Amino acid sequence: MPFSLLKFGLKSDYPFENDPDLPPPSELKRHYDVVIIGGGGHGVATAYYLAKYHGITNVAVLEKGYLGGGNTARNTAVIRSNYMTPQGVKFYAASVKLFQNLSHEFDFNIMYSERGQLTLAHTDATVRAFRQRAEVNKHFGGRTELIGPQEIRELVPTLNMNPAHLPVLAGLWHKDGATARHDAVAWGYAKGATQRGVELHQLTEVTDVDIQNGRVTGVHTNRGNISCGCVVQAVAGNSSLMAAKAGFRMPITTYPLQAMVTQPVKPFLDPLVSSSALHCYVQQTSRGEMVFGGGSDPYPLYNTRSTLELKESLLAHAIEMFPFMANLRLLRQWAGITDMTSDYSPIMGLSPVENYYLDAGWGTWGFKATPICGKTMAELVASGGVVPELIAPFAMSRFDTFKQVNEMGATAASH
Amino acid sequence: MMTRLPAPAGLFINRDKPIDFSYEGRRLAGFEGDTVASALMANNEALMSRSFKYHRPRGPLTMAGQDANTLMQVGGEPNVLADQLPLTPGVAVTGQNYNGSLQHDRSSLLGWFGRFMPVGFYYRAFYKIPFLRSFKTWPLWEPMIRKMAGLGVLDLAFTPEYYDKCFLFHDVVVVGAGPAGLMAALTAAHGGASVLLVDEQPQLGGSLTYHRFDIDGVEADKLRADLVAQVEANNNIQVLTKAVCNAWFTDNFLPVIQGKRMYKVRAKECIVASGAFEQHVVFRNNDLPGVMMASAASRLIKQYGVAPGQRAICLTGNDDGYMTALDLQEAGIEVAAVVDMRAEPEQTDVLAALQSRGIAHYAGHTVYEALPSAGNRGIRGAELRAITGQGKVASQGKSIDCVVVCMSSGYMPVYQLLCQAGGQLNYHDGSAAFTLTNLPKHLHIAGSVNGRHALSAVLADGERAGRVALHQLGLSEKVPSDVFCSRQVNFDWPIFSHPKGKDFVDFDEDLQAKDIINATRMGYRDIQLVKRFSTVGMGPSQGRHSALATARLVAKATGRTVTETGVTTARPPFAPEKLAHSAGRMFDPYRRTRMHQRHVELGAQMMPAGNWQRPAYYGTTSQRQACIRDEAWHVRHQVGVIDVSTLGGIELRGPDAVEFLERMYTFGFAKQPVGKTRYAVMTNEHGVVVDDGVACRLSDQHFYVTATTSGVEGVYRNMMKWNAQWRLNVDIANVTSAFAAVNVAGPLAREVLLDMGADIDLSPEAFPYLGFRECTLAGMPARLLRVGFVGELGYEIHVPSRFGEALWDAVMGAGKTLGIKPFGVEAQRLLRLEKGHIIVGQDTDGMSHPGELSLTWALNYKKPFFVGRRSVDILMAQPQTRQLVGFTLPANSLKPEEGHLVLQGDDISGNVTSCEFSPTLDAIIGMAFVGIDQAAVGSKLPIRVDGGKRIFAEVVAMPFFDPDNQRQAL
Repeated sequence: MPFSLLKFGLKSDYPFENDPDLPPPSELKRHYDVVIIGGGGHGVATAYYLAKYHGITNVAVLEKGYLGGGNTARNTAVIRSNYMTPQGVKFYAASVKLFQNLSHEFDFNIMYSERGQLTLAHTDATVRAFRQRAEVNKHFGGRTELIGPQEIRELVPTLNMNPAHLPVLAGLWHKDGATARHDAVAWGYAKGATQRGVELHQLTEVTDVDIQNGRVTGVHTNRGNISCGCVVQAVAGNSSLMAAKAGFRMPITTYPLQAMVTQPVKPFLDPLVSSSALHCYVQQTSRGEMVFGGGSDPYPLYNTRSTLELKESLLAHAIEMFPFMANLRLLRQWAGITDMTSDYSPIMGLSPVENYYLDAGWGTWGFKATPICGKTMAELVASGGVVPELIAPFAMSRFDTFKQVNEMGATAASH
Repeated sequence: MMTRLPAPAGLFINRDKPIDFSYEGRRLAGFEGDTVASALMANNEALMSRSFKYHRPRGPLTMAGQDANTLMQVGGEPNVLADQLPLTPGVAVTGQNYNGSLQHDRSSLLGWFGRFMPVGFYYRAFYKIPFLRSFKTWPLWEPMIRKMAGLGVLDLAFTPEYYDKCFLFHDVVVVGAGPAGLMAALTAAHGGASVLLVDEQPQLGGSLTYHRFDIDGVEADKLRADLVAQVEANNNIQVLTKAVCNAWFTDNFLPVIQGKRMYKVRAKECIVASGAFEQHVVFRNNDLPGVMMASAASRLIKQYGVAPGQRAICLTGNDDGYMTALDLQEAGIEVAAVVDMRAEPEQTDVLAALQSRGIAHYAGHTVYEALPSAGNRGIRGAELRAITGQGKVASQGKSIDCVVVCMSSGYMPVYQLLCQAGGQLNYHDGSAAFTLTNLPKHLHIAGSVNGRHALSAVLADGERAGRVALHQLGLSEKVPSDVFCSRQVNFDWPIFSHPKGKDFVDFDEDLQAKDIINATRMGYRDIQLVKRFSTVGMGPSQGRHSALATARLVAKATGRTVTETGVTTARPPFAPEKLAHSAGRMFDPYRRTRMHQRHVELGAQMMPAGNWQRPAYYGTTSQRQACIRDEAWHVRHQVGVIDVSTLGGIELRGPDAVEFLERMYTFGFAKQPVGKTRYAVMTNEHGVVVDDGVACRLSDQHFYVTATTSGVEGVYRNMMKWNAQWRLNVDIANVTSAFAAVNVAGPLAREVLLDMGADIDLSPEAFPYLGFRECTLAGMPARLLRVGFVGELGYEIHVPSRFGEALWDAVMGAGKTLGIKPFGVEAQRLLRLEKGHIIVGQDTDGMSHPGELSLTWALNYKKPFFVGRRSVDILMAQPQTRQLVGFTLPANSLKPEEGHLVLQGDDISGNVTSCEFSPTLDAIIGMAFVGIDQAAVGSKLPIRVDGGKRIFAEVVAMPFFDPDNQRQAL
């Protein structure tokens, strides 16, 4: 038994009584140096790094619902850096590095678990793409290999090697692939940020943005108006709607993305396994539940309803991969709302409005970027708009200059 | 020893059909109609599971399949609800998630360590060692914790069984066949609607099968017999029992699961009469076997003829608890007391009934603690205390011996389907009652889910809902008015925290009252955050019994009302469902060409290409390379044939066909003569090449356009999308599967066609390269395309797909004396590479524009527009950063693989897209994206191959073979 449990047991009252994770609600001030719209993982991470590394604490994080209640709550907690482009790989590799130390950085266990991620190739075309991803990853120091059927059998003995007439030809084995308690990431950042003076305002919705001479000066909320020095927009699933309030359009189309979870069973699957040809990925949580995810819904929508069609195809494919799962019981099906860009890379950095910074377009892979996004967005804010090198390729202007960062092949159904 | 109550108790069981089964290795007996749980109760086996965290003994809670206490392992199947699992002969059932035996679970020690594990403790533990900050301990703890987690064990050798699906269409679907549902179904059916009535239980009647509605206990049976007879006699009503409507999807799309089938039901109108879940009372040891819902006790008696125990207490917050007491006493069970948390019952006659039967009555009291028997495996009594305020009790109480506590604090509507439909659940703080609002227009509710609890109101409400549905269907003019019901059933604060805890709010997750409160003290004030931090409601029963108590506790702790606090969202499915139900027959379509059988006969190794199966090469896997070389050699020196039926085919017809083609593809087609083919490149709005093919002009207003095998679906969709805006007068048809096709290629190709017998002149003058003809070939109507993908004289022959096999046979027959040989996709890849032809998708990526691919010749700048034109113009005006080039390496060099990186200094500048050994050229040839300043012919390309070694290839001009294109023009 760890020492800390003994400590808990010896206290007469609730042991964390004097060390709450989140402060009670407070009044809104009239002015903040920085207003962050969106109290998801990205928003509170940005606030955390601003406070901890840049000494900027007159910060308000405004969240229309509850802390981490959007895609931070709905994602399937896959952490990986096996992307396709050099820009993508460098960025996500930096994120994985931060993730690895997050529990200690927060003094709060986010249950970071390095399980490895295995992506299956069923066609020659996928094998080619995987080889390239493995090579790009290795080039930047990532642990990714193209492996053959024999190694796949050893890693996942329970896998059906010939699902749905699509024999498994090879796999992309990404040792750095990991998972974590996704909510805890947001809580850890919120805790660290609020302890340093950042204000987190839940149930506080931004209804309008004040702009004077092309520069943001404040926001309106359901709890009153606030003036501010700058704004960071981090509202995944609502990015173009919020941008419209600030008076500009974003090259984003918004789709629902569904996921589902089964009842818990005793552990039998360590790695995260995905197949883009089958539009399915599978992992077993530390509670023993199986989590399934797939591709986005095929039509744009701002709604988190579930559909039967997706459940039917996704679970059929899960059974193709692991036939014995036919006997498992599904407990819950849900959806998140994803802002997709045409090159499957995010939009970070400057916007057409001065001092209004963007953290958007995360599609289905925002969770795994939480730490590095927060860190670089904080640098951007603290420097008054000097874009850090790591995120420069993800500027919104890339769509005007045709400098897209194409990650299409590296994201489909492997999030 | 099985004991049963005499009939009429035991409505569901057939006493003439005893069934043997085993539990934890012990042989026991039950009856047909029993569930495993009811049979166990009949055998005095109340211990059914161990709890998730503390491994506390648990017995049945609802007897309705709505709690996690009866989860068991049945063979290789984990997490089966024993109170829903019909008893079958010989079934072997065991407990799960214990260490030792179900009776003696060593892990139950964890219960004693509960204080060391306060809510959320794992966020504060298991990751570090004091004074050794950098050392990470979670990787060491996690495997141990994972083993503790999980419930049952999945049989990894299980092979899926047959499950299927069935579509149903009805005017009205009624979910729930209790009194409200029966009335609704009958009303709708009488009004002329076709009705589907769905219920989970084996028999119709819902609460009429177990609940006592009157003091004499006669009304329910009479009413049930009458209503069920009417339903059974009504031809407009289809009944599905033992079936659960497991979700509500948009527009009344309802998955109903029965046995191994999922009915996918479309309902014009849906009436949910799903009833209400009885709610428990929070007191110490309220989780032990023997403590159960009042309705569970009634179900045991009425449905299964089983006495829940010999001495019972009824703890209640409404008059229904009195009825349960009457049920118990009538069944010969001693009722030690009725403990009413209220000051007095709503109806005075129930109190009189108790008094006349000599049952002790305690008003304004609660059970403060259930007194455990040995090992917590049951209870031996209960301590009563007077209630002195909200959640407060007197300091002294009274112990009463009993082995059963039946509890009811009220009901929560079965709101899951309704919330999935966007309905809003409102709680009224004054009356502690619920309402559901904001339902979609064609979804209605009736009965106790609608807050009507008196039987007469429930029946009237069912009739009302049926009439509303009829009105919506246009089958009735009248809009009925709402049904009034004043009955109150919910006690507003049935939570009595105990300083020693074990006062459970959530049985699934072993959460006690203080855990919920402590979560709020940690700052997790929102109900959703409470859920996520404490895991309340995340267990197998998804908050059915914890949501209300949690909302009340959170509301009080954060100074809000229950309405403001709300409950967490209900998501599908309603009840846990097997993955097999969603998967059904595992319909995974894949496609075979009309010549598939011939390939198999010739020993082809098939490979997937999209949904299609295509021959990769002909021969054994051990001879792969030799086969491919031989096939290629035949094409270069004699003649070969490849099945290209998978190639996409799209027909464009109409006055605007040319204009449409001009807009969809980059080339010019306006001046394309009839009888000619033209290369067609498609770009997307980003100026990226997304597909290519050949456009054949059959007449002025008729084109046949080919597309890539994997691209055609997208191309077709894209065409439909654009023309939805353009509204050009053109028919667009994807005719891919209407045609079968082969490519006959090689110096002797013409001889093959001549031998087959064509009714057109095949001479090079009459039918030159890039020509297109319609003709009769070997008696088949055929379209001939003279194309040169593999770089030889070649004819693509497209025939209606019914002639596919005949075409193959005719070609093979005609070519026999010419030495014809079939070739597969692998040889084709090699041959086209030698010719420098790209494959879109292999030699292009999501960014490649025509300039990078040297396809500028296929752009027509004279026409005003094509999709992607604006982007192509911008891209062409920018300095190009990379180029697709050809490269060669000596035959004995290490061979780069497709996907290997091209370097420039230490940076990545590109990647190999295609690479093969060419026997014709005796060299390794390939294509690669390279940095623009590496693209000049003669430059040396550093390529990093397997093992990290760099090799240097030479950039050469393409095509590698027959640069003057003499062979294909023969």
